[in-house]
Amino acid sequence: MTTPAETIGIGASSDTAFVEFRHELFAAGLLHPTSVDGVYGKSAAYERIVEGVLASVTRLGVGRFEAVHFPPVLARSTFDRTGYLSSFPDLMGSLHVFEGNDRAHTELVRRYEADGDWSEILKPAEVVVCSAACHALYPLCTGRLPEAGRWFEIQGYCFRHEPSPDPTRMQTFRMHELVCVGDPDMAVTHRDSGLADGLRMLRDLGLEMDAVPANDPFFGRLGTILANTQLEEALKIEGVTPIYPTEKPTAIMSANYAQDHFGSSFSIETASGNVAHSSCVAFGIDRITLALLHAHGLDPYRWPPEVTDRLWR
Amino acid sequence: MTSNMDDEIRRIVGAHGHLSSDVGTVSDRQDLFHAGMTSHANVNVMLALEDVFDIEFPEEMLRRSTFQSLAAIGDAISILLSERMSA
Repeated sequence: MTTPAETIGIGASSDTAFVEFRHELFAAGLLHPTSVDGVYGKSAAYERIVEGVLASVTRLGVGRFEAVHFPPVLARSTFDRTGYLSSFPDLMGSLHVFEGNDRAHTELVRRYEADGDWSEILKPAEVVVCSAACHALYPLCTGRLPEAGRWFEIQGYCFRHEPSPDPTRMQTFRMHELVCVGDPDMAVTHRDSGLADGLRMLRDLGLEMDAVPANDPFFGRLGTILANTQLEEALKIEGVTPIYPTEKPTAIMSANYAQDHFGSSFSIETASGNVAHSSCVAFGIDRITLALLHAHGLDPYRWPPEVTDRLWR
Repeated sequence: MTSNMDDEIRRIVGAHGHLSSDVGTVSDRQDLFHAGMTSHANVNVMLALEDVFDIEFPEEMLRRSTFQSLAAIGDAISILLSERMSA
């Protein structure tokens, strides 16, 4: 069993490779730094690639999937039902806001001016930052599903607190997911066909892709049991591409069978009255964008026409 | 497994395993996950076993099969206790 840090291969030599690639992205004006690792401004050229990647994923699901775009925040009550806090407490982010009176405001400002901890005055908001784009979807499915299940194309921003010099490990990033909620056969079939479609789409964009069994970076000793179970049952498969020469290839998409996890948490039933199963095929839009920049060069307007014709058709 | 250990494991699984039926009706080799134990309940069972038997499950034992049944848990604890005796 490897630790999450080992899985992503953080070490002295990889830090150098991360910093070099990030420096190239800064120098080319594609990304702009902020005062923290993993949070960047993006250029128009970068966003043009993002739009092309988003459109490519949409084309995979056109006509079959209902499109829903979610904002970067999620109802706290929904978050509480996802189980994310138990499995990934170190990655989640909670929003806190000021709801006090004049006296509390005075104390807030006093602490701010004294370089004190003003955040203690805040209260948890009714929203948290999204950890996974599909989380907001499941409350919409509560109840009994139609015979054919439900199929969604989800777009949203995610937050994961894992600051890193690796530009492919952003704290906020866009996920585009194709989600199936239905019976177990539907969910597994979707996971497998979506993986194949996704790999083909990414190979067509000129990326060298491989599919590997994977586990999520579950927290702690519970995480070790969950990760081993996920690997033993082959629930998660990642589509990976080489970005750093001395590191393991980077995951830029994943295909996940959640079994009845969300079905039971959100009281979703199949047409025949059983607990619904779900699967999602998730595309890391920023990581795909960075993989394309790595593969084809930092000026997207000079990329091979067979790539740009597909991306911006 | 000794009957004392058997009773203690059964008590702990009953208290922490969130089984859908009474632990008294669960056979030694019955699959505890099929009987309703969730992954998170599994961890609570593990922590309680560690407290009561004064052991620590090593990383290589942190897998579902270790906690699959009362008998599997008993086997794992027997191994850890015998390792401690011979250490």
